[in-house]
Amino acid sequence: MSILVFIEQRDGKVRSVAREALGEAKRLAATLGGPVVGVYCGANADGLATLGEAGAEKVLAATHEAFGRYDGAGYAAAIAAAVKAASPNLVLLGASSIGKDLAPRIAAKLGVGLAADCTALDATGGKLVARRPVMAGKAFERVAFPLAPAMVTLRPKVFAPAAPEAGKAAAVESLTFEWDASKPRAVVTGTTGATGGKPDLTESEIIVSGGRGLKGPENFPLVEQLADALGATVGASRAVVDAGWRPHGDQVGQTGKTVSPKLYVAIGISGAVQHLAGMSSSRCIVAINKDRDAPIFKVADYGVVGDLFEVVPALTEAIKKMH
Amino acid sequence: MLQVVCIKQVPDTETRVKVAADGRSLDPTGVTLIVNPYDEFAVEQALRVKEQLGAGEVVAISLGGAGVQTTLRTALATGADRAMHLKTDVNAPDALAVAKALADAIRPLDAGLVWLGKQAVDDDGAQVGPMLATLLDRPCVSVVAKFELNGTQARVEREIEGGREVVDVPLPCVLTTDKGLNEPRYASLKGIMAAKKKPLEERAVDLGAAHLERVAFELPPPRAAGRIVGEGVDAIPALLRALREEAKVL
Repeated sequence: MSILVFIEQRDGKVRSVAREALGEAKRLAATLGGPVVGVYCGANADGLATLGEAGAEKVLAATHEAFGRYDGAGYAAAIAAAVKAASPNLVLLGASSIGKDLAPRIAAKLGVGLAADCTALDATGGKLVARRPVMAGKAFERVAFPLAPAMVTLRPKVFAPAAPEAGKAAAVESLTFEWDASKPRAVVTGTTGATGGKPDLTESEIIVSGGRGLKGPENFPLVEQLADALGATVGASRAVVDAGWRPHGDQVGQTGKTVSPKLYVAIGISGAVQHLAGMSSSRCIVAINKDRDAPIFKVADYGVVGDLFEVVPALTEAIKKMH
Repeated sequence: MLQVVCIKQVPDTETRVKVAADGRSLDPTGVTLIVNPYDEFAVEQALRVKEQLGAGEVVAISLGGAGVQTTLRTALATGADRAMHLKTDVNAPDALAVAKALADAIRPLDAGLVWLGKQAVDDDGAQVGPMLATLLDRPCVSVVAKFELNGTQARVEREIEGGREVVDVPLPCVLTTDKGLNEPRYASLKGIMAAKKKPLEERAVDLGAAHLERVAFELPPPRAAGRIVGEGVDAIPALLRALREEAKVL
């Protein structure tokens, strides 16, 4: 028995969702039993021993020349082999763009259920129950796993990494797996439209979102300037995305992204049900709106009633002065 | 080329959620059902491919109770050629059970492209597409925001954290669609009339044992009541103090 954790990387760098998953695995190992075993897919296995500090006792390294970039079919074959080797009772992945694509492939290969994008795991009495938001957070379901291994993806930024154990090394083993790379498959050839190092909305600590109250795309710099001052990522309501002011990748809500930052600032957003669903799990919500009766104030921890064209620039200046 | 589009019927995104008496499901009373918004991009892209090729057939498939036929008629009205209803009375079946039933229905069809929305906005699972591809042993790209077909090869872009990945994928393959891929068309009156005569095949499916067990369905914990800290620019000092000292987020 073990808990198997997918060690997600991009450009050879281990991503924070993997450390979060290792942290949760370490906590669960106290009830479910360990060891915590990582499985890594990459072009080489350099530096994996340091994952011991993040909670992995062992790391199975699946290396292949095609694994420098994400390869869904290849990674799934490797992790299915890791499941055979480690016979885990639980397999954890981050619910990132890679994890969301990869986990269902593995579940289908293993013939087991998958609880996606979970926000809490409970292993009381040795029985695992996963809690996950549905309808973008309007409701939650709790699911149990009739088949083994249980498979779970964890929502980014919800689970804490383990306190680092300095100097603790993981045992690194090379993983043997069968995969025919000559079979027809999807191949990642490059990336485009990088957002200049800013974290994605789903992985941001602070988000500043703008809505229809901004009156036009030409006023979005007000939102961007406040976001810059706060080190935040810019989001948007569905209304302004549908109006073409912002790209769809910026949309927060039920047909956009569900986010849980520590601070969410809603500017000129009235608070439609589908928007509230996507952001109400934020730790702290600030709303700036001229309409005192706007539904956004019902979920906001702190509200400012006023003209955003006055309040937002003044707030940006005040925050710049704080630093 | 034959293309398949998998469609799910879901509660409207404006739905206010109530928990049913069993404590394990959504109370369906007063809930309006719609075509899953992400599936509309899948339908539209299949129609565009058919138009680009000037030939072919688009088959819409939906799994569920009798009500999903409304959804299938909508797809037929926008331009799908025929529809298949995989009938089951199982409420909210798990993703792998759905993927297996879809795979069984799609396997004999010789489809060049199989389209699904990237996720259904009710269970937010985002699982059926990659699972279906794995069961069919076909290449798969999920969350497709751009699509270009060149013969038997497609070049697509998928949303990733902070950008997009460019992916080359050979046909036949399975693709899941994101918002922004295209602008879905509306059904014309002529289309709606024509849809009534298009073939809609019913097929009972046995989903077998569940792979996941839902033990509870519940509302999120209510947020503690917040407060209006003030009006206009005068409220800023109080706001910053609250963020620093109470919420400790700055």
